[in-house]
Amino acid sequence: MATKGINRLTPYMFMAPAAIIMGIALLYPLGYMVYGSFRDWNPSQTIGESEFVGLKNYITLFYDPAFRESLSVTLTFAFAVVFAELLLGVGLALLLDRNIRGMSILRTLFILPMMIAPVVVGLMWRYMYHPTVGTFNRFLESIGLEGVDWLGQHALMSVIIADVWQWTPFIFILSLAALQSLPRSALEAARIDGATPWQQIIHIKLPLMMPVLIVTALLRLIDAFKVLEVILVMTEGGPGLSTEIVALRISRTATEFRELGTAAAMSNYLLILLLLLTLSMFAVTKLQEARAARLARQIQEED
Amino acid sequence: MPEIRLEKLIKRYGAVEVLHGIDLHMAENEFTVLVGPSGCGKSTTLRMIAGLEEVSDGEIYIDGQPVSHLEPKDRNLAMVFQDYALYPHMDVARNISFALRLQKRPKDEIETKVKEVADIVGLTDFLTRKPGALSGGQRQRVAMARALAKDSQTFLFDEPLSNLDAKLRGQMRAELAIMRQRVQKNMIYVTHDQIEAMTLADRIVVMHGGYIQQQGTPEELFKSPANKFVAGFLGSPPMNFLDAELLEEGGELFAKGSAFQVRIPEVKAKQLGRTDGKITLGIRPSDLNYDANAASQVALDLQVKVSEYVGAQSVLLCTCGDADVTVELKSETPIALGETLRFAVRPEGIHLFDRKSENAL
Repeated sequence: MATKGINRLTPYMFMAPAAIIMGIALLYPLGYMVYGSFRDWNPSQTIGESEFVGLKNYITLFYDPAFRESLSVTLTFAFAVVFAELLLGVGLALLLDRNIRGMSILRTLFILPMMIAPVVVGLMWRYMYHPTVGTFNRFLESIGLEGVDWLGQHALMSVIIADVWQWTPFIFILSLAALQSLPRSALEAARIDGATPWQQIIHIKLPLMMPVLIVTALLRLIDAFKVLEVILVMTEGGPGLSTEIVALRISRTATEFRELGTAAAMSNYLLILLLLLTLSMFAVTKLQEARAARLARQIQEED
Repeated sequence: MPEIRLEKLIKRYGAVEVLHGIDLHMAENEFTVLVGPSGCGKSTTLRMIAGLEEVSDGEIYIDGQPVSHLEPKDRNLAMVFQDYALYPHMDVARNISFALRLQKRPKDEIETKVKEVADIVGLTDFLTRKPGALSGGQRQRVAMARALAKDSQTFLFDEPLSNLDAKLRGQMRAELAIMRQRVQKNMIYVTHDQIEAMTLADRIVVMHGGYIQQQGTPEELFKSPANKFVAGFLGSPPMNFLDAELLEEGGELFAKGSAFQVRIPEVKAKQLGRTDGKITLGIRPSDLNYDANAASQVALDLQVKVSEYVGAQSVLLCTCGDADVTVELKSETPIALGETLRFAVRPEGIHLFDRKSENAL
């Protein structure tokens, strides 16, 4: 009886170390943050000394134009980058899904940007965007065009470009993997059925890649909401609030404005947003599994 | 309908040549079966006709027009693939109508056509199903229906039945034979299964090692195989081969082996080609009959090792000297294992091959 009990406990014992670390490093601070978000809390106080204010932080934030601005910058940034990355990544994958010489080297080159640390990416692009000595403006001037005020007037666009440069490869490699696992014979059948290369992409390739693309897009979206370093290094959120994404605003609220409670509430808003995205991703995979299971049952019933 | 001609068709992958100059002529409305073991080049030949593989050398003519530079869609053909190659995201009706929709045919025409072919293959109740919700046999029907809907002149089949289980395969084979009578088209069918080849073909083309070994009607190939490979490939259980020497005795010709001496019928002996005397004697299992009273010069003495009962027929695995011989006979024949028995050879069942070149003599 005793051995049986121990045997049943074994898997939990193996999981325990990870669970404990998760508890200390994730759940505890998370709870702390949620708790703090209901208090008017100054860094000079301990959390016990702070005053309970209920939902005040959340309500203030909801009506705070700066926070709303920051939220809208984040949303614009996230959807713009994911859209552009999908377009470019899938397009590249469709173009490069063939056997040409040096393909493996080319593929490796394509995924290099992803491997560079975000801070380095930020510095690199800040230099290239520099109004006078930057690569882009020097090039534009050398061909007789006027320089562009990259990180001034067009700051949001510029950080979007940088992010697209860094993360398109992610979508590219996943799309390429999806493309290469498509059933070859279905594509051959489409060729015989009279589909032009374009029609093959629209009617066969893209629909068959869709499950992978949806999950990839959601992954990227979640990531794009949390972006911080690249923008911090490139613009520090400026000029004005034009590139101040929520993550940046949270850190400024906590350190510059010294309003820990508000910062915590802001983090919770972001967390809820990300949770919704994660849940929808979960739902997508569940739906796919359910459909596969239903089909399998249907076949079994007939046999 | 068209007449298809392959002229010195060659396929190379890099430096490796896998097809060595295939010459083949397929008449209008003919059912041609390309058959051979895996790697013999039959699928490659079919895929070159389809336009899915590039032609390295030589030319394909459809109705006299060279087509090897044309895209598959411009060759007016339909194809059924081994793994069905259905579009998994489309339901059955949309799978069937894909080619028609690409051609932008009117909607009601497409609908009528889909109903018509679905009726031919018996899929009417499944038109809204996705391929994932169909069994193997049903998927195979969808593939057929899709090919039928296209109204192409030529039908290509790439081992269409090999993914089905044995029972279903037999059933689909019969349905194919029926469909073949209804649909007047040129059909080219690739298989490694000699039974499919024998039952379906107007003409069988046996391929091996990138060469055509022999072509002709199933009967021609079965009765007078051109070489040892064709003889051994067609027919089940396969033909027995025994090493022998030619021997002349008293004006008659004999094939003499280590444990037998069989007389070669006069007709056969007369038309014998040039040989150095070292030959292989080929006898089909069904050309051996149990006959204890047969003369030794028209019979083999076989020691029965194993008897495989397969219903009305039994297959005996025997030895003759140190060679293995299989015999097919009615199950009621009283046979005891381990005994040495005499089996008469049907005179027309004697095939002779040159041992070195393996060609028929």
